[in-house]
Amino acid sequence: MESAKSSCPTDASFPGLLAKLVLLPSGCMLMRLLGWIPAIAILSSCAGGVLDPQGPVGSANRMILLNSLAVMLVIVVPTLVGLLAVAWKFRASNSNAPYDPDFTYSGRIELIVWSIPTLTILFLGGLIYYGSYQLDPRKPILSAQPPLDIQVVSLDWKWLFLYPEQGVGAVNQLVIPAGVPVHFKLTSASVMNTFFVPQLGSMIYVMNGMQTELHLQADREGSFFGQSAHFSGDGFSDMNFNVSAVSADAFARWASSLRGGGGVLNANAYRELARQSTDVAPASFGHVQPGLFDAVVRQTLPPGPGPAESAAGGESQASPKALPAAAAPMAHHLQGEE
Amino acid sequence: MTNHAFSSDISPASQTLDPHELGGHAARSATGHGEGGPASKFVTVAYGFWIFLLSDIIMFSALFAAYAVLAKATAGGPTGKDLFEPARVAVQTGLLLTSSFTGGLATLAAYRRSMAATQLWLFVTGLLGAAFLFLEMQEFAVMIGLQAGPSRSAFLSAFFALVGCHGAHVSLGLLWLGTMMAQLWVKGFRADILRRLHCFGLFWHALDIIWVAIFTLVYLLGASS
Amino acid sequence: MTMLGKLDWSAIPFNQPIPLGAALGVFLAAAAMLGWMTVKGYWPYLWREWITSVDHKRIGVMYIVLAMLMLLRGFIDAIMMRTQQVLAIHGPGYLPPEHYDQIFSAHGTIMIFFAAMPFMIGLMNFVVPLQLGIRDVAFPTLNSVSFWLTASGALLVNISLVIGEFARTGWLPYAPLSETTYSPGVGVDYYLWAIQISGVGTLLTGVNLVTTILKMRAPGMGYLRMPMFCWTSLASNLLIVAAFPILTATLAMLTLDRYLGFHFFTNEAGGNQMMFVNLIWAWGHPEVYILVLPAFGIYSEVFSTFSSKPLFGYRSMVAATMFICIVSFMVWLHHFFTMGAGADVNAAFGIATSVIAVGTGVKIYNWLFTMYGGRVRFDTPMLWALAFVTTFTVGGMTGVLLAVPPADFVLHNSLFLVAHFHNVIISGVLFGAFAGFTYWFPKAFGFRLHEGWGKAAFWVTLAGYILVFVPLYIVGLLGMTRRLQHIDMDLWAPWLRVAAFGVLVMIAGAALQITQLLVSIRRRDKLRDETGDPWDGRSLEWSTSSPPPVFNYARLPHVEGEEPYWRIKQRASEEHSPDRGEAYEPIEMPRNSPTGFVTAFFSTLIGFALIWHIWWLAVVGFIGAYATFVIFAWRDHGDYEIPANEVARIDHDHMAARSTLLRSRERPA
Repeated sequence: MESAKSSCPTDASFPGLLAKLVLLPSGCMLMRLLGWIPAIAILSSCAGGVLDPQGPVGSANRMILLNSLAVMLVIVVPTLVGLLAVAWKFRASNSNAPYDPDFTYSGRIELIVWSIPTLTILFLGGLIYYGSYQLDPRKPILSAQPPLDIQVVSLDWKWLFLYPEQGVGAVNQLVIPAGVPVHFKLTSASVMNTFFVPQLGSMIYVMNGMQTELHLQADREGSFFGQSAHFSGDGFSDMNFNVSAVSADAFARWASSLRGGGGVLNANAYRELARQSTDVAPASFGHVQPGLFDAVVRQTLPPGPGPAESAAGGESQASPKALPAAAAPMAHHLQGEE
Repeated sequence: MTNHAFSSDISPASQTLDPHELGGHAARSATGHGEGGPASKFVTVAYGFWIFLLSDIIMFSALFAAYAVLAKATAGGPTGKDLFEPARVAVQTGLLLTSSFTGGLATLAAYRRSMAATQLWLFVTGLLGAAFLFLEMQEFAVMIGLQAGPSRSAFLSAFFALVGCHGAHVSLGLLWLGTMMAQLWVKGFRADILRRLHCFGLFWHALDIIWVAIFTLVYLLGASS
Repeated sequence: MTMLGKLDWSAIPFNQPIPLGAALGVFLAAAAMLGWMTVKGYWPYLWREWITSVDHKRIGVMYIVLAMLMLLRGFIDAIMMRTQQVLAIHGPGYLPPEHYDQIFSAHGTIMIFFAAMPFMIGLMNFVVPLQLGIRDVAFPTLNSVSFWLTASGALLVNISLVIGEFARTGWLPYAPLSETTYSPGVGVDYYLWAIQISGVGTLLTGVNLVTTILKMRAPGMGYLRMPMFCWTSLASNLLIVAAFPILTATLAMLTLDRYLGFHFFTNEAGGNQMMFVNLIWAWGHPEVYILVLPAFGIYSEVFSTFSSKPLFGYRSMVAATMFICIVSFMVWLHHFFTMGAGADVNAAFGIATSVIAVGTGVKIYNWLFTMYGGRVRFDTPMLWALAFVTTFTVGGMTGVLLAVPPADFVLHNSLFLVAHFHNVIISGVLFGAFAGFTYWFPKAFGFRLHEGWGKAAFWVTLAGYILVFVPLYIVGLLGMTRRLQHIDMDLWAPWLRVAAFGVLVMIAGAALQITQLLVSIRRRDKLRDETGDPWDGRSLEWSTSSPPPVFNYARLPHVEGEEPYWRIKQRASEEHSPDRGEAYEPIEMPRNSPTGFVTAFFSTLIGFALIWHIWWLAVVGFIGAYATFVIFAWRDHGDYEIPANEVARIDHDHMAARSTLLRSRERPA
């Protein structure tokens, strides 16, 4: 069994060499090189995705994603090449390849075989540990600007955004000031959803009776696509929203214009809003009853009724581009958007 | 079909099949570890049933985990302290543990191939199990009468599911026991019936273990906090 | 109407042409099949030789037939999903949400529970007893019960196509969406009862095969002499025994919520929806390894056989298998890093998850060194294995990427995730199933599958697979989330079109596979395997005839090391005859029994009755199931004896063919 013959590629320095490749700066350069090849290829066609981030959180997400990919490619590419090369070299029709049916065990190879993945994972483990703390969704973004508080409620099937300091709210339309960190507190009126703006970075689940937190920031003005990233029922596919990152001035103007624009969100209006509806047009509330979000989290306002009651209420389940009752239409309030 | 169900009845043929003793010493000592060839029917049946019981215990541990998570989720309703009656649970525990003992006596009687004693002890075992079940049903009925049924709160959901699942196991055990007693009466001490009797013993003892956990983690902790 | 609970004519989708048409098609095909079998008079044969059979080989074959039918059903769902997404760019497509949601839920459920699981369990059933050198599994009748319960679950899922609806919640019915408030229909109930019934079957299989492998090996077959496939089967079945009860308990809790107003996972009364997610993945992650570990075993057999070398680093492979088996229980939280668990928890589970890759990495290197110094033959099973090892490595890599929490924060639930798990499950499990199917087919039926059609099917399937899932990786990086019924982003459109084209290629691949099977059956006389050893195999199953006699081995083989059959072949040059002249003894085999079939009949009845709240029918079903068991327990003769001269007669022909083979393969000493 122990007859590792000369044909096997064991070399005493082999494991050491590999360790160096993974851990030393020269290896890092190789890693970067390897990492950029697919990254560039994908990036060129990736405007608008998670590889085209528009804020510090998204950038950090992308950095860790590409670094991890690079670390693994260092191992994966040679392994794949080696696999196919060995399979081809030792093809049965190749009479030049030696046949060594007794080569079934080699302690040195076993050592390498266990240590290559172990070292890679050790290295990656560091990245995971560091990244998990660095990008904890609860961790505030360091900034000279005080953060803006926004409360998010997912309903069947639309998003409600509340601005407690401004006292206004909006449905399926998120307006934020660019360059200012935003502190989201999130919950759900009914089933699970996930709040996700791909170009701003990290997503987070929302659940009824619970509150999650997330910090995001848009570095530049612009318009980004936001969606639910967790299936929540028949109206799920329309549960998306536009994120407008505007200048701080434009944001202030927008908020004050909303206040004059009518639409009151109190407990009754919320109950109405919580009924199931699909493909809801952006809308706004000039006045939001204080403490509404906490009432949803504490379940003082009951969870959304689901299909049975919504249907019983005589409302059609799929009302295309329906405007929530008691809300004002949204689009014309927005200034500074393209 | 051999009658020596309680010995490791590996067929003589397989003992001669390892002349070079490459299978280790097992060939001669027939440890049941397999080197000596397939284990006897009795060993495999008991072993398989053990594996099944382990899986059953894992199912219970999922219910225990759910109970631990939801124990405080009383939703403003009654707590364990309000509802649990230590005296009743103590009697239940006594009944179930005694029934395990009488079940053991039945096994010993079966070992002696004494039909009357086996049937008697099996009957006593079943009777004790039924008394246990009766007390449990009564407890459930009282709680539901107090508006403390499983839909009152998540805590009560978890309680009824966990304790009820144990109760369902006891009920199934009684059904099994009754069927087996009838079969034993008609067919006598056949090897396959003896194997089933052995499995029933394992099952009944496992229910004891689970009950002890329920007694401790649900009733004692619940009544004290 | 109360006699039938919630069931009435509105349950049949008369107003929906697609499901109704599909249902009608299935119904007509089934009716035609049944009619044809009745006319041909095949029923007595089927009943005697297959439906009531407790032979592990027959049951294994039936499992695989079921798996392939369900694979086709799941594939049709996949085709509908991909075409819907490409037709619903800025439009409604042809599937409304309430139908599309059923399709992706059914696709996942069917593929995991009724295609992948039965395929792997079928292969284990067929191969493990043969490789261990024994005559059947530990509990043959229970084995039949297991199979028929799985079939019963599959039947219920397919009944939902015609009567009522299937779940609209995804293949894992996350609460509270799956609670009655948000899913009042029967869809989730179909899911629950189908999975519970087949889950019992799976659990019993786990018990059966663990006992078989640990207690029923041929004389001399020590643990470290078992073929790799037996080791991975052991690991997989240990995982079944340890993980499936968690699924049973979790789904039971959801059932209690839905049927009796319990509050395990509801929004109200203190229910905890995160507990559902934790419990379901405490089963769900080990489930991944339940599927992929047996496939690793198949690849090990294939790499070794087609490299004409023993498996490299056998003990290391055993260690890696058990390592994966244990660590797989410590990683479930990576399925919901984005639920806000906190940095320390995420970091711990992220690292634990990537640690699993060590075990898999070791396996990949050992397969590489198995080929090193070998004589690699590129037959179809080897092609599947090579495609596996290359594409699976990529899928594993993206998996480790998803195990890095900050990366998962932007990739979770995206099509990148969808591409990842298809990349590991198709490469890992499906390619393994195809490799194993092609590899052991001659053992099961006595003739080989046609190589030319097999290779064509392989290349086309591989191309289609890459064409489907590379675009999905990219579109996931572009932020596209899964389960969208329609799409408004132009950014994603071109990639979805490429993926839809890839599906067309995969359809061609599937057609080629079916052609391969049909051509092989027609030309079976040319493809006949007389020797029982068509691949120059190394483990015991190749030492018996193809197909093996009902008792597998006339005399239990006598294991004297790893790769016992290879040893016998090497020794043949000295002995010239594998027959050592020992006398034959009569063999006791278990009798056929309809218990499994009848139990499954009643359990289908129970499931259907509970789904539609037809309580009296459920009671009838329970009484019937109990009566079936009592009748089985009451029978006097569980075994029958095959006399020694009959054994000798059956074995004689095979011995003659094998002697010729061994002499022809004699190696120069």
